[in-house]
Amino acid sequence: MNKILPNIRESIVKSGLKDGMTISFHHHLRNGDYVLNMVMREIASLGIKNLTIQASALFDCHFELIEHIKSGVVSHIETNYMSGRIANAISHGILKDPVVFRSHGGRPAAIKSRRVHIDVAFLAAPASDKMGNSNGSLGKSACGSLGYAIPDSEYADKIIIITDTLFPYPLFPASIKESNVDFVVKVDAIGNPEGIVSGTTRITRDPISLKIAEYAANLIKYSGLLKDGFSFQTGAGGASLAVTKYLKSIMKELDVKGSFGLGGITGYLVDMLNEGYFEALQDVQCFDLLAVSSIMDNPRHVEISATEYASPLSKSRATSSLDVVVLGATQMDTDFNVNVHTDSSGIITGGSGGHSDTAEDSKLSIIVAPLFRARLPLIVDKVQCISTPGKHIDALVTQRGIAINPIRQDLIDTIKDAKLPIIPIEELKNLTEKYTGVPDRITLSKKCIAEVENRHGKIIDCIFAVE
Amino acid sequence: MLRSLLFIPGNSPAMLQNADVLGADAYIFDLEDAVSPKEKDAARLLVTSAIKTLDFDKNKIIVRINPLNTGDCAVDIQAIVPLEPAFIMPTKVSRTEDILKISEHIKLIEEKHKLDIGTIKLIPLIETAEGIENAYHIASSSERIAALFLGAEDLTSDMQAIRSKHGNEIAYARSRIVTAAKACSIEAIDTPFTDAHDYDGLVEDARIARSLGFTGKAAISPQHVEGINEAFTPTSEEINYARNVIEAIEEGEMLGKGAVSLGGKMIDRPIVLRARKLLSIARQLGMEK
Repeated sequence: MNKILPNIRESIVKSGLKDGMTISFHHHLRNGDYVLNMVMREIASLGIKNLTIQASALFDCHFELIEHIKSGVVSHIETNYMSGRIANAISHGILKDPVVFRSHGGRPAAIKSRRVHIDVAFLAAPASDKMGNSNGSLGKSACGSLGYAIPDSEYADKIIIITDTLFPYPLFPASIKESNVDFVVKVDAIGNPEGIVSGTTRITRDPISLKIAEYAANLIKYSGLLKDGFSFQTGAGGASLAVTKYLKSIMKELDVKGSFGLGGITGYLVDMLNEGYFEALQDVQCFDLLAVSSIMDNPRHVEISATEYASPLSKSRATSSLDVVVLGATQMDTDFNVNVHTDSSGIITGGSGGHSDTAEDSKLSIIVAPLFRARLPLIVDKVQCISTPGKHIDALVTQRGIAINPIRQDLIDTIKDAKLPIIPIEELKNLTEKYTGVPDRITLSKKCIAEVENRHGKIIDCIFAVE
Repeated sequence: MLRSLLFIPGNSPAMLQNADVLGADAYIFDLEDAVSPKEKDAARLLVTSAIKTLDFDKNKIIVRINPLNTGDCAVDIQAIVPLEPAFIMPTKVSRTEDILKISEHIKLIEEKHKLDIGTIKLIPLIETAEGIENAYHIASSSERIAALFLGAEDLTSDMQAIRSKHGNEIAYARSRIVTAAKACSIEAIDTPFTDAHDYDGLVEDARIARSLGFTGKAAISPQHVEGINEAFTPTSEEINYARNVIEAIEEGEMLGKGAVSLGGKMIDRPIVLRARKLLSIARQLGMEK
């Protein structure tokens, strides 16, 4: 049996792709991805139209989609995150129908429940064998975990692996199994390594972010959750990652041994694993080269699929065992609703990713954010888009204090003697407005350009086109 | 009590608006070296607006102004004095006359704005060889002088000395500044440690400064504030020892003893004075009733 095809064009033809179908991509190559653009160019040249793009995330490098939308090749997009030029074009109403935004847990649930049907999955794989056993840890474009691609490989009608490094059969370990793969295509390069993962993820040196991170770590310290068996997830940017630095010294001071670190994994969490602060890492995505090399070499650093990570249809999921998650926000309101989809002018700049999944499941969800960026306040009367409902957010940590969601009276009681700078969110808002004033609310059109679906399949908000 | 004095560039809105959350005992709003000549006007405007608008504790505000021999010095004073910051930091101060001229200028502005004369104190930055040699005269030149501040970077440049982390090249200057300050019962502020990313080096440098008698240290990085505060805060062991000294001496006085010992060591007057001073610092920091 020969699954190897000479080029992407032939794989598209052999997959039986037709007008109106749904094709999927994953985002493990992040802003260095070549595969989506290569595939779409061939599809366009074959004259196939009216496709739905089902991508776990889209980045600026995918700007060529704009032309494919204009020419009718692409008529609909569903994703968990979107940034750059494509997000800007969507925000200005380039698509007729709204984009559907899901979370990292909601996407595999929608795929499993067949609310999302993928006709053909084009899955970039840094390493594959001739039968399609693939992983992300080897090869010149190594990205580590392929967690977000696994649901596509299990449920799509046709699965095409696109790789730039073929290994002798059988490739082991295999994130994507040959039993699911139809064709394998070798290309010169699947991505630009500089855009795939960073060399090292550095802790911010911004003093305000560090101050926020220190407060957040102290909130965790006194939350009652920081004890042996503690589990933790944080992002890779700004104050979020810096929390890890302070948390590590607190864990050392209290001699706490955690059970697992979760999520997008950075070298900093890898160091904590190696130094014995955690028993294991559950990794749905690697953020830097240290994480990539660790997932290959350390059996306690485990790849998990998006289904295992956060799908509400899983019998259990990693997020449901999570104690604390530290997340960011572009906007919040006094009901603790969080917007991570749009910027202050209403342009799409991101998406939920795992934000709403982890906030809903964890025992303590903490937002870390400065009270204002440039002249724009974090806390507004009403967020432009509810990415994560306030009922799932437990605390907001800023440089001028910590606001606890009043629905978490138990947490308020637990930390009352901890001498933390606790302050009502309304006061933080008033304080900020003394610096920034109250910005005029922007005027958006009435055209809905994106719907935000929670992981249970319910539309919770709509993003409108900018004028 | 000024343990840590954090430099805030006068042309950085982001730093200015967050100056008071960074944990320093005082913030030095800098109109001098942190600001390029082209941006002096903008920085002055920004700093004055920040002091007017934001809820800073004025007792914590120090404004570093440009040197007397520049046209900016007078403009700085005119702009800053009406805002009544607790301190102004004159730069490149080398002799008594520098302080007298600056004090006179401040006084004129205070009179013009009907402010209490002499309320604004001075923390002269001593950063020339001549300034070091004149440190005592500078310290005693005006009632406004609240502290002497050693500036090692300009000083070592003036002396053509090689600046190092161990600081041997400024050992004399440090001692001279501390001695002059103590002789005038004012505070002595040590030069900042300039490697923002070497925290261990900072802690060691601050420890040396405290051991020499400095009462505080400037910081160019917010990351240094905690280390400085810690170095200049009495430890619980020091506080306990000081308490024991005072208790022993009080007990000795009650019993009419001529000489008192603690742990087998004689307690003499300098030890008692040191203990009282340390407990006074602890009280100021809320560590002692």
